Formats: sequence, C-alpha cells, structure tokens
Amino acid sequence: MAILVNSDTKLLVQGITGSFGARHTQLSIEYGTQVVAGVTPGKGGQCFEHAGKKVPIFDTVAEAARQTGATASAIFVPPPFAADAILEAADAGLELAVCITEGIPMLDMLKVKTALRDSKTRLIGPNCPGVVTPGEGPDSTGGCRIGIAPGYIHKKGHIGVVSRSGTLTYEAVWQLTCRGAGQSTCVGIGGDPVNGTSHLDIIKMFNKDPETHGIIMIGEIGGSAEEEAADWIRKYCKKPVAGFIAGATAPPGRRMGHAGAIVSGGKGTAAAKIAAFQRAGIGVAPTPSDMADTLLKMML
Amino acid sequence: MNIHEFQAKQLLAQYGVPVPAGDVCFTPEDAKKIAEKIFAAGETLVAIKSQIHAGGRGKGTFKSGFQGGVKLCRTAEDVFEKATAMLGQVLVTKQTGPDGRLVSKVLIAAAPTIKKEFYCAVLLDRALARPILMVSTEGGMDIEQVAAEQPKKIIKVSIDPAVGLMPYQGRKLAVALGLKGDLIAAGAKFFAALYKTWWESDASLVEINPLCLIAGQAGKDTLMAIDAKMSLDDNALYRHPNILAMRDLAEEAPLETEAAKFNLNYIKLDGSIACLVNGAGLAMATMDIIQHFGGRPANFLDVGGGASKDQVTAAFRIILTDPNVKGVLVNIFGGIMQCDIIAAGIVAAVQETHLNLPLVVRLEGNNAQLGKQILRDSGLPIINGESMADAAQKAVQAVGAANPANN
Repeated sequence: MAILVNSDTKLLVQGITGSFGARHTQLSIEYGTQVVAGVTPGKGGQCFEHAGKKVPIFDTVAEAARQTGATASAIFVPPPFAADAILEAADAGLELAVCITEGIPMLDMLKVKTALRDSKTRLIGPNCPGVVTPGEGPDSTGGCRIGIAPGYIHKKGHIGVVSRSGTLTYEAVWQLTCRGAGQSTCVGIGGDPVNGTSHLDIIKMFNKDPETHGIIMIGEIGGSAEEEAADWIRKYCKKPVAGFIAGATAPPGRRMGHAGAIVSGGKGTAAAKIAAFQRAGIGVAPTPSDMADTLLKMML
Repeated sequence: MNIHEFQAKQLLAQYGVPVPAGDVCFTPEDAKKIAEKIFAAGETLVAIKSQIHAGGRGKGTFKSGFQGGVKLCRTAEDVFEKATAMLGQVLVTKQTGPDGRLVSKVLIAAAPTIKKEFYCAVLLDRALARPILMVSTEGGMDIEQVAAEQPKKIIKVSIDPAVGLMPYQGRKLAVALGLKGDLIAAGAKFFAALYKTWWESDASLVEINPLCLIAGQAGKDTLMAIDAKMSLDDNALYRHPNILAMRDLAEEAPLETEAAKFNLNYIKLDGSIACLVNGAGLAMATMDIIQHFGGRPANFLDVGGGASKDQVTAAFRIILTDPNVKGVLVNIFGGIMQCDIIAAGIVAAVQETHLNLPLVVRLEGNNAQLGKQILRDSGLPIINGESMADAAQKAVQAVGAANPANN
C-alpha cells in the first residue's frame, strides 16, 4: 500500500540528461526504482545507461508514457522551463508529477495551479526533495525513490512523514530509522508559497492508508497550511500525529531560505502554528531532536 | 527584491497608475531644479521624500537631529534647504533599527491637495493560490493594525489568474471605498492598472498607502498613488532586466550580498552562536534548538545541498565577520553529501580563518564516522555533537563558559 508510489510505480524523468537529473536518476535506479524512461526534447532515441540498465530517452512526455507505461514523473528541468514541464506531464495523463526544481517564478506556479484545477495529475512540489516509499531490501532498497532524498536513511514500516523541508525530513526519517521505526511513505511537499500538494492532502492519504499507523508532520513559518491541516486532524484524523514547526526564532519579514518561509503581516508565526497543533492533539516536539520520540511515545 | 518608492512609481506610471509629477535626485541643486519645474506647472506644494527601503520615513529622525524624512515645501529654496539637510545623512525610522540608513537620494514630487486617503494592495493569497486585491478606507495607517483592530474595514477581491481582475471587481472595490459617480469607473481603471503592474512585473507585493482622492482642476476629483511600495519575486528577476537594474546594493546587508556570491543563504541575527547548516528547514530548526537550550543564534546560514570546500570556507569567513559571534555550531545532515568531504572542508576552513572560538560540529548521514575521524585526527579543538540536541547544548555551554558575562 503506502501512498502515492510503491515498488510497482513506473517512473520517467524529465531532464534526465542534465547533471543533477542524471545523478539522481542513477541513485533512484540503485535504490530499485523502476525508471522506465527519460525525456529531453531533441535527444529522443538516445539511451541513459547506468548499472547495466538502459533507459530509453524520448522527445516528449506523451511519447514516453505511451511507449513505457510510465505513470509518474520526476522533474529536474531548470526554473524557466519547469512550469511547461509540469503541464506537459499533466497533458500526458500521468498520475503523479514530482517537481524538484527550486526557483520557479511564483506567477508560473499560479498559472500551473490554475491549469491543473481539473486535471487528474497530482503535483508534488516544486522545490521539494520528492517522495520515497521504502522497500524491503538492505538500506530500504527495492522501494520507490522519486527525487533527491538519500535512500539508505529509510526503513520500510508504518510511519508516514510529510514536510516542506528536505534536510529536516531526512532528520526525522533518520531519527525513526535509528529507533527501529520504519516509514510507509515520506513526502516532501516543498518550500514554495504556491505548491501542488498541501500538508492536508498528504495527511488525508495517510489517514486512509492501512499501512500507515502514525504520522510526523513538519511545518515551517509562513502561510497557513499547517493550521488548515491541524484543523482537519482535530476533526477527522484517526491516527496519532506528532509535529514540529521550524522558524520560531526567525525575524518577521525575512525569507528564511525557502520562498514560502516568511512571517508577514503578523501571519504564519511559529507560535500560531504550534497553538493550532496543540488544539488538534498533535504531539509537538519541543526540539527538532525529539520528532521521532514524540510520535513513538504517543504510539506506545 | 525590494525597490525604492520612486522606482515603484516609475513602474506604476508605465502601466497607467496615476502618480504625482516628480523625479529623483542626488544633490540639493537638482532638487531645487525639479521643484522649480513642478511649481512652474502650477503646483503650490512640493514634497521632498528620502528614498530608503524602509517605512516610517515621515516620523523618522536623522542622526544629525533633523526631524522627518519626508517634508512639504512651498518654495524651491525651501526644497534646496531640506534636501541639504537630508542628503548624506542617516535616517532612523521604526523599521530601520538603531543604525538607520544613509539617504543618498530624494524624490521631489508634486503634493496635491488630498481630500481622502485610502489603502490598496495586490498580493498572493497563499491559501487559495490566487492573487488578491485589497482596499481599506483607513488610508495612511498601519494596515496590520487595521487588520487586527477593524478587520471589517478591509475589503478583498480574489482574482482568477486565468482571467485577471475583472472590471466589476474594480467597481466593487471603488464602491466599497465610498466613491461615487465618475469616480467609480476611475477607481476600476486604477485597480486594473495596479493589478497589471503586479502581474506584468512578477511582483510579490504592490502596496499603495495612501491612495488619495485629489482635488483636481475644474472641481473634478481624481485618484492618485501618493506613496508606493513594491517587492519583486526574486525567482522571476531573470526575465525583467529593467527591474533587476533597479537593485540598490546599498540597501542590502553587505554580508548577505557576499554570501550570495557563493550560493550561500545568510541572514544576520543578533545572537552569539553562529550556525552553518545544510538545508533551509534544518537551518531554521538549528536556530530554534539553540534558543531552546538558552542560547541565541547569530545567523541563519544555509550552505545548500552540495556544499563544497570553498563554500564551507566562505561560510566560516562570513559568519566570523560578525563581532557578536562567540561560538560556532555546524549541523550537517549528509544525505547525498559525503560527511568526510564536509569534514575536510571544515578542517581547512578552521585553519584558513584561524578560528579561535569554540566550534561544535554535528555530522550525520553518509560517511559520518569517517567525517568524525577526520575532525579528531586534525588535532583541532573541535567539539563533537552526537545529536542536534547534544550539539546545541554543547554550543550553548561552550559560549557560556567562554563569556560568562554575556550569557
């Protein structure tokens, strides 16, 4: 089960021939992900080779999907072309588009979001580490890794992890793995102000997934997505949820790395988000070192 | 990126938003010339406005003792005098902090007779992923205060990015502001131009405060943007060379500009424990955990996902430029990055920068043990942090022990 992706998911990579896309495609192949196609306009007919595997490259996503049966895409194209790449994935009818690209203009994402309103394609990201459903092999190989997360920190199990940030997700996953608690699926939804999938969307999926028994939700200052998720959890979530909000010490009006991590007009403060977590019965980790322990205590 | 009021008004005027006649200048002589032109065109009052990237200019005080970063004048000679008092002086406002900002240019603009003041702004509604245009009858006031105390006085329309701001939405806002007759159409036109400025320039915020009802010629009132503030989306600047050219480095913290050259994201804070972290979320969380254990972070610093030795050295150099720093905490989760390479970078950076402050390093992830070994073998007095919590506690203790009076 897990959510979004599993070991059967057939993945194509948009931007497979760029250095960043190529490097992470190699790591995904090593992890055991079924990378079935690459897309780079103008390089159709060529092959991406790694570890004895040959991945055919196509000029268009539609062609790649038709020929290989790919249902998910990892997008590594540079920011000026990323919006176009996302919509091409949607046009090809893919179920999932995971956009890793950082630095996409906000208006491009507004247009993408509007264009995807009636689409069946789910967008994760942009500016995100991607999605990992760990497998049963050594170092959790044999699962599905889309994006840039280190595969070996994972372990197959029953905790769902959702976060805006990359390294903070790895921190939580590693804490879990070190304590013997595996993960069902780990999702980085990205640090931009306009993204495809929210905390709440993922929480709803984890709530329905029988393989997920507990959830870690990591938030950041800025926006109100964490509050909305907390409100839903208070009313409907049947599973224990623990969380952490990063940015309690961030000065207002300053963008803390992520375009979305900014307290403006007194909105999006860590204090307000932590209060919403507490109202919803979400276990609030006192420090980022306690994310796994906070959840695991709730699950005893 | 933020731009100056005069630059925002240039962009607004390009898209058809009415702004007062005027120009920017760097000397009292030019200020006088511009004022003479404005008076010659029939205006009776001219405003001289300090151009800095901070609000509260009108109520600010210059370090010279001169009161007010915005003044109204009735003669060109007076403009000359006021410009002489402002230019080259440091203005302190509630938004600049005690250091203030150097005023190197002033905007000289017509100051028409104001009958009413309103507020309006275009920005992103993150929850809906749509732009909103909001207005308020409480112009000239701090809008955050209005939002907190009289939320009903803020009226918003949500804009479908596929169709843009429709005229009916503009009329609705004009009516909400109490405009009547021809001014309703004028208002709709004003808002349409405002939205166009926001959209076409890839702005994240366009704020007009105040938007004014002006006594026009022959008893015909008009609307005008008397002040303007604009922030642009950094990610979109590549497609706006004209706006990128408006960047004023003098308004940006020099260390942050220096850090950006090495693809480092640095923000100076006022604590004593410098941090060097990979990833924005982890960097924020590291600041938080320092505070949790009783210390104060000196900065936010994200070295990014694939930090090189050069970047780590540059990062050390930058964080050590801050005289308040009494200790350094390095927190690396080497996911894809190899911890041994980072460790070698840290050793080299410590040697190059002659670091003599307590340094706590927490390495986790790929080749972490090898990385720790390199730190131990270096012979440098580097304190090992096992977890984030352990590292933060040790950093707080080390800084406290080194500077008992400051903690």
